[in-house]
Amino acid sequence: MTLTALTALLSHWRCNGLQFFAMVAGLALATALWSGVQAINSEARASYDAAAATLGEGQFDQLLPRSGDRIDQSTYIALRRAGLQISPVIEGRLRTEEGGIRLVGLDPLTAPGTIAPVGMQEDANLDDFLIRGVLFAAPDVAVALDGAVSQRIITDPSVAPGVALTDIGVAQALLDADNQLSRLIIATAQPMGLPDLGTVAPDLIRQPAQDAGADRLTDSFHLNLTAFGFLSFAVGIFIVHGTISLAFEQRRSMVRTLRALGVPLTTLIGLMISELIVFAVLAGGIGVALGYVIAAVLLPNVAATLQGLYGASVSGTLQLRPEWWVSGMAIAVLGTGFAASGALWKIAKMPLLASARPRAWAVASGETARRLGLVAVTLFLVGGGIAIWGQGLTLAFVLLACLLIGAALILPLLLRSAVTLADSRARSAMWQWFWADTRQQVPGMSLALMALLLATAANVGVSTMVSSFRVTFVDFLDQRLAPELFIRIEDPSQSPYVEAILLSEAQDVLPLLSAETEIAGVPTELFGVRVGPTYRENWLFLDETEDVWDRVETGSAAVVSEQFARRAGLWIEDPVIVAPGLTLPIAAIVADYGNPLGQALISEPLFRSLYPDIQPLSFGVRTSDPTALRNTLTDAHGLPESAITDQSRIKAFSLGVFERTFTVTGALNVLTLAVAAFAILMSLLTLASIRVPQLAPAWALGLTRRTLGQLELLRAVVLAMVTTVLAIPLGLMLAWVLLSYVNVEAFGWKLPLYLFPSHYALLTLFALLAAALAALWPAIRLARTPPSDLLKVFANDR
Amino acid sequence: MIGKLLCLVLLLPAQALAQGFAGLGTDAEGFAVPTPNPAFDFPQDHAAHPDYRIEWWYLTANLTGPDGTAYGVQWTLFRSALAPETRGGWADPQVWFAHAAVTTPDQHLVAERIARGGVGQAGVTSQPFEAWIDDWQMAGSSFDDLTLTARGNAFAYDLELAANGPLVFHGDNGFSVKSAQGQASYYYSQPYYEVSGTLTLPQGDVPVTGAAWLDREWSSQPLADTQSGWDWFSLSFDTGDKLMGFLLREDEGASFSSATWIEADGTTTSYADGAFAAQPLEWSEVAGRDVPSRWAVQLPDKGINVTVDVLNPKAWMALSIPYWEGPVTVQGSHTGRGYLEMTGYE
Amino acid sequence: MVLIVQDVTKSFPSAEGSVPVLRGVSLSLGRGETLALTGESGSGKSTLLHLIGGLDRADTGSITVDGREVTTMNDTDRAALRRSDVGVIFQQFNLIPSLTVEANIGFQARLAGAFDAGHAQQLSKALGLTEHLNKYPEALSGGQQQRVAIARTLTARPKLVLADEPTGNLDEATASEVLGQMLRLVRETGAALLMVTHSSSVARRMERHVHLSQGHVV
Repeated sequence: MTLTALTALLSHWRCNGLQFFAMVAGLALATALWSGVQAINSEARASYDAAAATLGEGQFDQLLPRSGDRIDQSTYIALRRAGLQISPVIEGRLRTEEGGIRLVGLDPLTAPGTIAPVGMQEDANLDDFLIRGVLFAAPDVAVALDGAVSQRIITDPSVAPGVALTDIGVAQALLDADNQLSRLIIATAQPMGLPDLGTVAPDLIRQPAQDAGADRLTDSFHLNLTAFGFLSFAVGIFIVHGTISLAFEQRRSMVRTLRALGVPLTTLIGLMISELIVFAVLAGGIGVALGYVIAAVLLPNVAATLQGLYGASVSGTLQLRPEWWVSGMAIAVLGTGFAASGALWKIAKMPLLASARPRAWAVASGETARRLGLVAVTLFLVGGGIAIWGQGLTLAFVLLACLLIGAALILPLLLRSAVTLADSRARSAMWQWFWADTRQQVPGMSLALMALLLATAANVGVSTMVSSFRVTFVDFLDQRLAPELFIRIEDPSQSPYVEAILLSEAQDVLPLLSAETEIAGVPTELFGVRVGPTYRENWLFLDETEDVWDRVETGSAAVVSEQFARRAGLWIEDPVIVAPGLTLPIAAIVADYGNPLGQALISEPLFRSLYPDIQPLSFGVRTSDPTALRNTLTDAHGLPESAITDQSRIKAFSLGVFERTFTVTGALNVLTLAVAAFAILMSLLTLASIRVPQLAPAWALGLTRRTLGQLELLRAVVLAMVTTVLAIPLGLMLAWVLLSYVNVEAFGWKLPLYLFPSHYALLTLFALLAAALAALWPAIRLARTPPSDLLKVFANDR
Repeated sequence: MIGKLLCLVLLLPAQALAQGFAGLGTDAEGFAVPTPNPAFDFPQDHAAHPDYRIEWWYLTANLTGPDGTAYGVQWTLFRSALAPETRGGWADPQVWFAHAAVTTPDQHLVAERIARGGVGQAGVTSQPFEAWIDDWQMAGSSFDDLTLTARGNAFAYDLELAANGPLVFHGDNGFSVKSAQGQASYYYSQPYYEVSGTLTLPQGDVPVTGAAWLDREWSSQPLADTQSGWDWFSLSFDTGDKLMGFLLREDEGASFSSATWIEADGTTTSYADGAFAAQPLEWSEVAGRDVPSRWAVQLPDKGINVTVDVLNPKAWMALSIPYWEGPVTVQGSHTGRGYLEMTGYE
Repeated sequence: MVLIVQDVTKSFPSAEGSVPVLRGVSLSLGRGETLALTGESGSGKSTLLHLIGGLDRADTGSITVDGREVTTMNDTDRAALRRSDVGVIFQQFNLIPSLTVEANIGFQARLAGAFDAGHAQQLSKALGLTEHLNKYPEALSGGQQQRVAIARTLTARPKLVLADEPTGNLDEATASEVLGQMLRLVRETGAALLMVTHSSSVARRMERHVHLSQGHVV
């Protein structure tokens, strides 16, 4: 009996191949989009974890020479023979025709486990690295090195910009520094019972590991991607829901017949669930494979993005990680289950004797549309409540969900209203028929249009968010990286000497005094700055009073970071106790993205009066030729290479990274739209068969098939147009929630929202194009429907 | 990444176990090859032989604490050459690595070091004898009188070794054949060290006494490429006699055995393939695989029919090259204790 | 007796409260007997048919089919009853559109696990369906589709055939021809037939005739 019933159930798909394709393809696409985003996300995370720093300079404590910039190799050997687990590094400037390159030599045998000195590839083995000598460098550096060294050069984009990596022995030879080292990396785990470092190496100074500060930015980037994954899943689930409901609706009569012929309901439901699981697994498998392809195509960009900005090395190949394989399959099965539960419930509750006439994707007949609208309004109210009173990241995501689901649910009602409005203004009979007929189509197209709404809104939202992020970040970089070179020293006693050198060589020197303290209960870095044109010209504030820098310069006000202001509950003009006995008003709030500590800025003289013992350890240096100044500082004044950071270069690199982030976001946007277009295509194709009886009277009354086809196309475009126009404000609200709400909850800082109208216009065009393309085929099919098929409608033979 | 590099170093120059355990079955091209009838030259031969690919100074000790608790100690220095030569500085193709371990009935603590020759971080000299890597050391005025130290993150030891017997040569006067195809190594031992010293364990210092056995072996291709691992026994019987025996396991389940019977006075009898036999009786799971924890060992020619039990089945060396190494006790026709090494258990 | 109906009542809920449709109906049907159930719209004749077929539940009273009490059966047992003992022929044919005519004919017998290819072939031939076996139902005319439904029911050799206006959707000539074939084949298989019809000409061709009015047998 079971087998016979199953044969009947399955025979439906044989006769409705298109529907089967729509269901499997819809599920597969939804899964693909989800797992593609997940894959990119997890791959990016894994890559970041795998190589938090190309050189590991930040993550390990290091030993540096107390004076000069070289350590004798015998000191290293002595420390090793005393049992210390340290690894030698030599670095120096290698002159090439293209300019100086920072050459870093490492010992792979002793380097701590998590340092990734080089992306060792198949064509480079240890013999090469240790003995014959191989240099690893990013492509531009590799080009510059060509001809300058006799060693083999391997291009590896994971090497930090401006740096070439090689074995320590090779580096010593190239730098003409035999038996000399620059610094020693200290492994995290050390053997038990070692002598005190100070007694075995009195000439070395231990520099603690530095927080690269990049994790927080990475987290923000990942959160954005996660939000995108969430949106794409929502789009996918609509498609799955649509196809599944359709498949069930169309088999209502068969279910009734089977039950009348004696197939028990439980058997039927069981069979349908098994059937669905098989389809879900099949489609999920295809989807995960597709997602892999998507991720593989996009990954080079993602990898480059992370490598660049976060110094993470990413292997060029994508791994099929079990977590996103499993999550992709789970999404397919659970999504199907979610989508099918309603349909199965209806089947189970359907009276045996009820009319079994199939209904197309019907979610929104007039009554349903109004009911959905009511739910939507409720969701909006809940969302509004959360926006006003809610707190916490979870609630922020709930707000996002309320907004999205509410918008999707209210769509049928809005579409009906729009069409009714158009109908009331229609002049000719043809247009009256067109609008009335369109209203009839709204329920059938609702799910597909919901998918389009979400896809377009996600597009608007995510691109607004990323663009806003980018604009803000560029400003931030301009502000913080305004000095071309940045000098950091370890020994406070050298500070006046270094400052004197800098003053003699550079246009402008900006010493930075800092002290960690607690202000208004917030752990804060207090800075003393030398107010000058650099600050006046480059600093942008989130909120400010008049004459900010004048007030700071005269010691009558302070500038604080947004994080500080938010955590202390203060804003401009509020007084803040900077130190015991010193209360200053806040003159301005400055953005400080990705910093867990609060920041407060006061003038240099005021700082020195508060902390007379603190010497500046950092200097910003303004110059028109950073490379020349850098060379002068190292060659003529003996400043160590590692103390100088070329900020102009970091800035250029960071900007390049954001361009690539853009590329990835753009590609994902196109994909989401494609999926929505597919949903429209499928619903139109499905409707087409039901359409014939509806169109036959219009044809009989004198509309040509060609006109009918054109009207079908027009209808799809009109519905898509209304949807897209609704999607833009929705997308902007989405971006607003992400930037002003989710980001604040997650990271404690708010990103300003910028609008990009031309982008939205282009997006609208794309969405309409997608809808038109999707509608084209069904319209052509309709225009070519043989008159005999139309005539059949009038033959009451059956 | 660095893991990949380390693998490259340690499996040098082989890429995979397809060429025998730890690449020991690799072709010897360019390197010197052991030949029969060796004439050793001491003390020079206690030092390194850089024209051979692989070499080791391998010490194991069975020790006892004041309360009678049994301990095992391992100290091994390996030399693996990328090329059959030495060069000064970082360009030296001699790569050194070392393993140290302390085994108690319920703990097994391990550490490893790796270094390049040429810069002074590791090496072996003969007069005075010193084998070292970082602060790990086996050194003394002569080969018969040594101090042994090593230190890991959770243990350390400092032991005095004094030999009270002669060097012992395995196989044909120190030419030890390892396969039917003729792969061989130079192999001698000093199995007569008396030991005293201190173990530093997480729970504190433990004074210990006991006996140690030092193996010296060098070769360029000691295994046939079909040999996937070995089981090596060094047993000291309460009668004063000692037995060194090993099984080299072939890929197809066959094996090649070799043994040396060492009488209390140092007189040796070498046994070719087949005389020595060992069968696993019980297995224990360690590091996700099954490794024998009890063996039946026979050398019928000397009336040996014993059961060998490991002190701690968890004595897994979870290092760049993983293997099992730990102390054992002997019951049966003879009683005593010793050390067992098992490699190539996947 | 194949069918015994005793004092069956059934009401349906409505906005104005419970509306009685059957108010104590009794009838019986012997092996091989044919009975026409007539009555105006709303007289409860289709409801009675559904109760007998186990498609719906009676409020009170007893219905036994081949000696088994239907009213107290659970869903699964009633489904089993429909599979093997009762055949239902609907006005709307209720064929499975995605199965061929041949598969439709054998469908119920296969569900019941009692498919007999020879019997199916014989019925197809008798109903003139032989040349349509590989077609799908949508390619057939209404009369042909109802013949397929009849063949499907009779192939399973039910003891009781329930027909609900089987010729209601057919033109007069076709209806008469299909009815004739159906009566002849039902007689040949020895099944009892209970047919709901509003047509007195159809009712006259049956052995017995029961008229329902306002929920009572008159």
